[in-house]
Amino acid sequence: MKIGVIALAAAVTMGMAPALAQVKIGLITTLSGPQAGLGREMVDGFNLGVKHAGGRLGGVATEVIVGDDQFKPDVGKSVAERMVQRDRVDIVTGVVFSNILLAMSDTVLKDRRGVFLISSNAGPSELAGKDCHPNFFSVSWQNDNVHEAMGQHMTNAGVKKAYLLAPNYPAGKDALMGVKRFFKGEIAGEVYTQLGQTDYAAELATLRAAQPSATYFFYPGGMGIAFVRQYAQAGLMQQVPLFGPSFSLDQTILPGIGDAAVGAYASTFWSEKLQNPANERFVRDFEAAYNRIPSPYAAQSYDAAMLIDSALKATGGKLGTKAEKDKFRDALRAANFNSVRGPFRFNRNHFPIQNYYLTQIVKDEKGRLVMDLRGVIFASHADAYVDQCKMKW
Amino acid sequence: MTPLLFLEQTLNGLQLGVTLFLMAAGLTLVFGIMNMVNLAHGSLYMMGAYYCATLLQWTGSFVLSAVIALAGAALTGILVEVVALRTLYSRDHLDQVLATFGLILFFNELVKILWGPIAIFMDIPGFLAGTVEIVPGAPYPIYRLVVLGVGVLVAVFLWWLITRTCLGMLIRAGASNREMVGALGVDIKLLYTLVFGLGAALAGLAGLMAGPLYVVEIGMGDSMLIKTFVVIVIGGIGSIRGAFVAAVIVGMVDTFGRVVPAMIGLTPSIAEMAIYILMAAILFWRPSGLFPARG
Repeated sequence: MKIGVIALAAAVTMGMAPALAQVKIGLITTLSGPQAGLGREMVDGFNLGVKHAGGRLGGVATEVIVGDDQFKPDVGKSVAERMVQRDRVDIVTGVVFSNILLAMSDTVLKDRRGVFLISSNAGPSELAGKDCHPNFFSVSWQNDNVHEAMGQHMTNAGVKKAYLLAPNYPAGKDALMGVKRFFKGEIAGEVYTQLGQTDYAAELATLRAAQPSATYFFYPGGMGIAFVRQYAQAGLMQQVPLFGPSFSLDQTILPGIGDAAVGAYASTFWSEKLQNPANERFVRDFEAAYNRIPSPYAAQSYDAAMLIDSALKATGGKLGTKAEKDKFRDALRAANFNSVRGPFRFNRNHFPIQNYYLTQIVKDEKGRLVMDLRGVIFASHADAYVDQCKMKW
Repeated sequence: MTPLLFLEQTLNGLQLGVTLFLMAAGLTLVFGIMNMVNLAHGSLYMMGAYYCATLLQWTGSFVLSAVIALAGAALTGILVEVVALRTLYSRDHLDQVLATFGLILFFNELVKILWGPIAIFMDIPGFLAGTVEIVPGAPYPIYRLVVLGVGVLVAVFLWWLITRTCLGMLIRAGASNREMVGALGVDIKLLYTLVFGLGAALAGLAGLMAGPLYVVEIGMGDSMLIKTFVVIVIGGIGSIRGAFVAAVIVGMVDTFGRVVPAMIGLTPSIAEMAIYILMAAILFWRPSGLFPARG
């Protein structure tokens, strides 16, 4: 297990920061294996947020401890145990995958010190609904939301027959359920493929034969790269418009797809092309620091840092006593920060109420592929599970 | 399923089968002749793709990149054999599995350090882009046909190499009785290194041809490796002919297994099981595979 200790106080050397640190944050994310690119986005986005806060979240010395879950739920849980019990972090954030978040959420939330868990990616329905918790916040979305948005857009666009594809695992099924919740047309086919599969020739031949008027696909990572390229190689891009969530068409994927992705549509809660002062600053500084366009993962993680910064400011950087923790929770609920996605507030279950946008993949002035804005699909959209949450505030 | 769709899916199955064959040929030779379980074969597939993708960005010529990448994969294989695997021949299979699993981790981390964690781009060469309508109304990518053609050519080449050349004779002899070949004065160490290099080059070829179709990313060979093991177990360990027949069968079963269950309303999980059910059935009927190499 790799634990890198990154001291972030602006002018403070690495050896000195831990002794001074008033707030300790555990950033647990996926930094090895095929999904390691996502973890890199999470870490870089968070670090940029800390840098923008002057190296001191909430104005106090901040220490960020980075842990690698290796894309394995059991490893994620044991990293969380070490961070909560040995390193005594106050806040855990960063988790990419829902299965890993669910494996470690009890470890963090049931600790007697009252540790906060702020998910900056995974948003499983359990934690949005019946298992909602006063110390759990999601600064990203509920897992179904981005898919729901595209379902709604396909209805708006008058798609008659849609063909749906996703990997055969829980998040894949949730994704297509999210689409079907808002897509009112006919389903020409609903296909679940093997997780990790990268050859889609057989599925694409069957798709063509079904003659759908649109295709919706949810393939994260390498699966998405392989799928979009083969879709274009088979000449389908011109025949059947391709719709997907940002996870299948963002900056962690587009460079690997290349020009084949041009013309595809992605639904998203954030885009590198979104125009507001916070986002323009974020995108510009991220590019300058890391020499690439940020992905939604980096944006969420940046927002997590900014949210924590805003709440710590409200408590004067203190997180020791129960009263201070309650005050911190109230400040998180207020979400008094400038999100890079524009309007942002928390629902009763601590999941965001936010806009979802339609984007299309185009080339920017430098010839790089980006998600260009095409309009708002949902304004102030909440998730479908909030009614199952008993929490009141 | 209409006859035309059936024909298109058959092509898809053949193309997948041929890619599997390129992987399986190398693995089965190494397994059959050296009695060596090499889990790192998938890493050589990955290295072939990364070498070729990088060279392609530098030179712009696919053919040139492919040739150098092939040599690179062979050299990487030889280096791995000389440095790491040589000491393992006399050890039991569990030690070999552990050591070569370690090599998988090593290569994955190496790729992350050299190329970064995100998948890299590799395009279909311009002169092979586009589609042809073999089946009316269903444009088929030319590149997939080329992959199919190259795979068949390699199969013919290997058949010639194994049955018509002196080296092939030694390889066959080595697969039947290693000790005797050594006792007859053949430099078995050199033979092993050559065979390993050949296997690595074939894995690299499979990887660099798969790159523009699938995705060039860390761990890209791992899922391929599992199917490859199924192929060599079905085909009979050490047999090139068996590997070819089994690869085509597995390619077909996998392709139709992904399409047919959905048509008749079965769960998609059947598709994931199809080739393993096939393997179990064949092993029940012929425990040492379809074309066992050893007496």
